[in-house]
Amino acid sequence: MYLSLTGVLFVLGLHGLFTARNLLRQLLSLNILTTSVFLLFVVLARLAEPLDDVPHAIVLTGIVITISTTAVALALVGRLAGRTRDDDAITAGDPRGDAE
Amino acid sequence: MSLGPVGPAILFALPLAAAIVVFVRPRWSVPVALAAGAVQFAVALALLGVVLEQGAWRQSIGGWSAPLGIGWRLDGLAAALLLMTAAVGLAGAVFHASRPPPPAVVPDPRFFWPLWLFLWGGLNALFLAADLFNVYVALEFVSIASVGLIGLAGGAAQAAALRYLLATLLGSTIYLLGVALLYGRYAALDFALLAERVEPGLVPAIAAALMTLGLLLKAAIFPLHFWLPAAHGRALPAVSAVLSAVVIAAAYYLLVRLWFGPLAPLLGTGVATLLGLLGAAAVMWGGLLALLQRHLKMLIAYSTMSQFGYGLLVFPLAAAGAVEQAWTGALVLVLAHGLAKAALFLAAGAIVLRHGGGRLDALGGDQAGVLIAWVAFAIASASLVGLPPSGGFLGKWWLAQAALATGGYLWLAVLMAGTALTSAYLWRALQAALRAGGETAAEAPALSPALGLCALLLALGAAALGLAAPMLARLLDAVPGGPG
Repeated sequence: MYLSLTGVLFVLGLHGLFTARNLLRQLLSLNILTTSVFLLFVVLARLAEPLDDVPHAIVLTGIVITISTTAVALALVGRLAGRTRDDDAITAGDPRGDAE
Repeated sequence: MSLGPVGPAILFALPLAAAIVVFVRPRWSVPVALAAGAVQFAVALALLGVVLEQGAWRQSIGGWSAPLGIGWRLDGLAAALLLMTAAVGLAGAVFHASRPPPPAVVPDPRFFWPLWLFLWGGLNALFLAADLFNVYVALEFVSIASVGLIGLAGGAAQAAALRYLLATLLGSTIYLLGVALLYGRYAALDFALLAERVEPGLVPAIAAALMTLGLLLKAAIFPLHFWLPAAHGRALPAVSAVLSAVVIAAAYYLLVRLWFGPLAPLLGTGVATLLGLLGAAAVMWGGLLALLQRHLKMLIAYSTMSQFGYGLLVFPLAAAGAVEQAWTGALVLVLAHGLAKAALFLAAGAIVLRHGGGRLDALGGDQAGVLIAWVAFAIASASLVGLPPSGGFLGKWWLAQAALATGGYLWLAVLMAGTALTSAYLWRALQAALRAGGETAAEAPALSPALGLCALLLALGAAALGLAAPMLARLLDAVPGGPG
């Protein structure tokens, strides 16, 4: 059940990444993609006999990494939007919004 | 206590600590970064000596052993790449520190040094990592730092940086999916443990395909190279140098590490031939595009894509039986490429500063101040083309011998045609220098000779690699399926 949800989310994310024209949507798709992989890890941990704790550590680390990469990407998108202003869904972000 | 266990810890922790220091105290940036760089270079050199003396080893961090704990492993290949990273990192740092202040306003000059050191630390961690997940963490680390560094050039480079970020994140996610599948099947992440457990089957095959796809995307192997030229061509010179020389090599390093380690049982002739064909296509297509470029840095960027195609030839040649020669040849080629390519980008950086632009038809005329840079460019070109006794020659020689020994004449032809293309496009660049009537930057800044010297030292390193053939052979020979 959850395993198939993983697959659906993965395909959804992949589809979004390649079809979305909007940078924010692409970023969201990428996040969905990553989440589906995390979900797979958690499902694998549940299915393991006995219960396995390593995947949880992996997913926690992964979430931290995803947050950082998303922050960096948002900062860049903000910069780009501030420069070009042609991306309708983005209001120019704080130009000093650096994620480092 | 000898250097053995301490060295990797220094290589991992020092750049990160230095990065934090220079972030908090931007004024100390240059001395701190250069000192940290020099120490890392010395440690990497010493570790190389230790590996040559006592062979590869692995160590567990904090006494936690696999499968729960994580470990580092250091063998000849990792040590060689750590040293190359240190050489390129140090040369790039000196270059950046001694270049004249840019006339155009760079958005955040103070972010260069922390990001540079973070990238360096991430690369060191990557080469030391001994398990699949650690590799993922290090890869993300390297990606974030690289994206930041590319974006520093401002303007169009920021769009290139974002494209690179999306491509590289997609690559990591696909890679991670492969890791998840392998973990679900074998409950292990450690290279050595996996090498014992993996056997041919559907799940491992899918996992291997996913991980390879992700890494091919990160290594910008044809046809997944779309993001590379813009990102590498538009970044600052030192950034282009480290990205082309080391960051791409890191993705390639993982590819060979996996296929000659845990995934070795899956490396059939079909897979190997497919990877080899991708490599051949990269050599030809990248070479052709490089030949068509009008801008010096773009030419070099396309050349990176072409040169890493050679690296993939290791798979069909090894699958055909010539494991040792193909392995050593491909890796020497990657090392020589790293040094030579960094030299090319640094030299190009100095040349672009002198002429106020990088268009090939504007590079002629008066070369005062950048003569050393052109000499470095020429020597590095000789190594890339593969004139003896350079490292490029040595790598190609071994690969060619492997091709002859196994009757792989197709791969031999690719090697030859690629060499012809390489000499053609690099000759075009060098020819531009000899033409009369070039442009000079309106207010040409006085260029420090250190700019050209950095490039020259790297180029000489690439050329001298060929003379170290016996040592390289000894360093790299134990690796295929070597001690975990």
